[in-house]
Amino acid sequence: MEGMNVNLISGRTTVQGQNLDSKLTEKYFDEVAVCNLNGSDMEKLGVAPDDNVKVTTAYGAVVVKAKQDDGNPEGLIFIPMGPWANVLVSGYTEGAGMPRFKGIAAEIGKTAETVLPVKELMRTYME
Amino acid sequence: MVEITDVVCSLCGCVCDDIVLEVENNEVVKVKRGACSVGKSKLLGHERIKSPMIRENGELKECSYDEAIKKAAEILYKSRRPLLYGWSSTVCEADSAGIELAEDIGGVVDNTATVCHGPSVLAIQDVGIPSCTLGEVKNRADLIIYWGANPAQAHANHMKRYSYVSKGYWTAEGKKGKKLVVVDVRKTMTSKMADVFIQVEQGKDYQVFSALRAILRGHEDVVPDKVGGVSKEQLLEVANMVKEAKFGITFFGMGVTHTGARHNNIVNAIQFTRAGHLYGKWSIMPMRGHFNVTGFNQVCTWQTGFPFSVDLSRGYAWYNPGETSSTDLLYREDCDSALIIASDPGAHFPGAALRHLAKIPVIQIDPFANPTTEFADVVIPAAISGIECEGGVYRMDNIPIRLRKILETDYYVPDAEIVERIHAEVRALREKEGE
Repeated sequence: MEGMNVNLISGRTTVQGQNLDSKLTEKYFDEVAVCNLNGSDMEKLGVAPDDNVKVTTAYGAVVVKAKQDDGNPEGLIFIPMGPWANVLVSGYTEGAGMPRFKGIAAEIGKTAETVLPVKELMRTYME
Repeated sequence: MVEITDVVCSLCGCVCDDIVLEVENNEVVKVKRGACSVGKSKLLGHERIKSPMIRENGELKECSYDEAIKKAAEILYKSRRPLLYGWSSTVCEADSAGIELAEDIGGVVDNTATVCHGPSVLAIQDVGIPSCTLGEVKNRADLIIYWGANPAQAHANHMKRYSYVSKGYWTAEGKKGKKLVVVDVRKTMTSKMADVFIQVEQGKDYQVFSALRAILRGHEDVVPDKVGGVSKEQLLEVANMVKEAKFGITFFGMGVTHTGARHNNIVNAIQFTRAGHLYGKWSIMPMRGHFNVTGFNQVCTWQTGFPFSVDLSRGYAWYNPGETSSTDLLYREDCDSALIIASDPGAHFPGAALRHLAKIPVIQIDPFANPTTEFADVVIPAAISGIECEGGVYRMDNIPIRLRKILETDYYVPDAEIVERIHAEVRALREKEGE
């Protein structure tokens, strides 16, 4: 299955908030290294819940697990704020001081690649 | 077992101050009342950084507080343009000491507003803000709007203590006598509670604010059938609710600060609030995240004249978000060290900015290890503000509240003391060089 063009946003969730002080735990990983998308988008992509998906923007690419959330309209994907979402965000703030964390053009597709644990993900910035 | 009442929560901008805890053997064993699930998780505690550490040959090695503080001072003293970032999950006393340090060493001082409500601050500077306290909302508001915010998940006590579900002097019936409007790009736990849910197309909030302003100001005829994915019929319905309300409030979140128009969205949100004044009392308030993100902006304004993103490297305060904000500074590779306190840019900054943070010397002051720790060259564990040490903070409505000390610690040092000790070491290095 080829990739699909989508609009990416990020934001808070309850479990993400509960683990603000324990970001190196599995609970945080399970909650934040995911991509929430509409069921019909999942069908189009041929992905089931917990399948790995690769999200790519002009600024980076990251592998996360797919999670169904029909609260999202079709074509809008939500990755909880955190290290995985931020791989995909531009550092250029367009003179505003605020990065554009929401409304990022992205491509999403099924992948056999694995989701990087947080420490390994951080190490990619040191390379 | 001891029961402690009126505990103040040091998690989010709600700063709930009616929490009841059970403490046994200097440990919180139960959160009996008051806290939401997120606050409860903080109060019950997480694994701590056990010792100060200095990175040697790529590995963090345990050391004493004195050694770590000395190393931190050396890094800052040698730097030409250090970034001192964070300051939102600590108390005003630490913020004040940090700004003084930044001024002395010619650094750039910035807080988490830079990736949160920075655009709201800019908008308020642009057009002012008609606002109020959360107490006024609780006792008076009969129409509550959450716009680009999901308090059911991010500020879980907000509706219960202050807005839709709370009962106050003129709102004794609670939610029976109130209306809730939620505006968001997706259905959320908050939108499920709403009397009216407006699902706006992502990035089109500005247009929807404009349409509502036009209707409220009597220019319904210029509004097309659909604006930003919202039907004119629904816009008219909400505008009517605004007209009929005695006391309305718009709470807004990252849904409007993080999108394309950024501060312009907030300027328009404030002007929408002003249009509401034609009919009744209207206020607007940002849903501030960290428990003292607001306090840093207060303290920084007292000390430098500006609320955040302040460059003190010129010998006077220079404020120009977009240039002096942390993301821009890191993205431009325009700082040569960083002191990160009470925050986690490793998790919350764009990857493109983190590449530079990974390269420069980083000092981390925090009670807990987090992604930023991976970049840290010096790690200094802190006492937890509001649990192991007291201090002043500002709630999201700019009301100052004092955090209490609940547990004893004979080891961990409060943030303010760590910063003051680093500053004393910097002065000592300067004196030594002057000899």
